[in-house]
Amino acid sequence: MTEKKEIWGTIKFDGPMATKGFALNKMCYTFNNAEGREEFKKDEAAYCDKFGLTPAQKEAVLKRDILALEREGGSIYYLAKFAGVLGLNVQDVGGLQTGRTTEEFKAYLDSQGRGKSNG
Amino acid sequence: MAKIIGGITTSHIPAIGIAMDRGIEDTPYWKDFFSAYPPIREWLAEQQPDIAIVFYNDHGLEMFLDKKPTFAIGCAPQYENADEGWGIATIPPVTGETELSWHIVNELIENDFDPTVCQDIKVDHGLTVPLSLMYPGRKYQHLKVIPVCINCERHPMPKPSRCYALGQAIGRAVESFAGDQKVVVFGTGGLSHQLDGERAGIINADFDNECMDKLVSDPEALTRYSNDDLTEIAGAQGVELNMWLAMRGCMLGKVREVHRNYVAPISNTGAGTQLLLPE
Ligand SMILES: [Fe+2]
Repeated sequence: MTEKKEIWGTIKFDGPMATKGFALNKMCYTFNNAEGREEFKKDEAAYCDKFGLTPAQKEAVLKRDILALEREGGSIYYLAKFAGVLGLNVQDVGGLQTGRTTEEFKAYLDSQGRGKSNG
Repeated sequence: MAKIIGGITTSHIPAIGIAMDRGIEDTPYWKDFFSAYPPIREWLAEQQPDIAIVFYNDHGLEMFLDKKPTFAIGCAPQYENADEGWGIATIPPVTGETELSWHIVNELIENDFDPTVCQDIKVDHGLTVPLSLMYPGRKYQHLKVIPVCINCERHPMPKPSRCYALGQAIGRAVESFAGDQKVVVFGTGGLSHQLDGERAGIINADFDNECMDKLVSDPEALTRYSNDDLTEIAGAQGVELNMWLAMRGCMLGKVREVHRNYVAPISNTGAGTQLLLPE
């Protein structure tokens, strides 16, 4: 149980990652509130600075690079709130992370379920 | 004595709440999913449970990483929902419960579980979507809800075996409560899915169906998985199975399944629904 199992394409969100990503996640947590979302939209870089994001985190935010945000300690629960600010849903985010369009990502989901029997 | 009259498993993803708000339950994409619920609603209407113990996980509404309980239990007379940031409508307050909940807390601590005890928490879609599903039109105020929140976000998370044991301890606490309340237990979330990483989008329908089988006949087999195993087999958020295991633990003895549905994909998940009755 204590050994860390490496799983392809998956970053285990554990103590070290949560430590690395705390400021980033704290910023995204404020996107629960309309005020936080508005303030971010007005000046994204300044909002990142306000929360003390690292240069790598800030760059990933500005570039909407979800995978980089995860490598920098972002938790998907809070990154989902960031995605919400950008008007993206979980299929859009899935596509962005897997190099697919949203439609291709939906087709991938479908291929593992209903799409199997529907052909 | 209070009595657990049944257990319900259900998905709790936000997309469901959004679909209900838009009134698109009968569209081709959704109808196979929503068709699972009328029989459960009828059972609830017939049985009229007084209390629902709802196992859910908070997805960053109330419990941020700064203070994140491994297990938390609510003992409040009321729970508010709030803006979660990505457009699911906030629902009216949920009625709480302050007698059985404190009894459960006392019994848990007496039996070596040490949950965080909450007298004022906001509840997120993990709890509100299942309630909305069971009581369309948000007619759930008559039901007293006891939220039990399990950390499914940050490792280390409680082990499946421990979640099951927590459920058993809660089930025994209900049985020892002097009252004649009828209690229903909800296991919410799941089943297989992964939102993050290059591996995002994995669904394992075979495993999901096996979980639903085992939940009925041999739940202890599921407690032998580690959270890492679940991540590998069912995706990073496949660990939400822990809420189903806690629900099943509450039911203590043998159960029979009177209703089941499974649809994949629903949003990024395999969506399972079951109604289990004590035998
Ligand atoms: Fe969830």
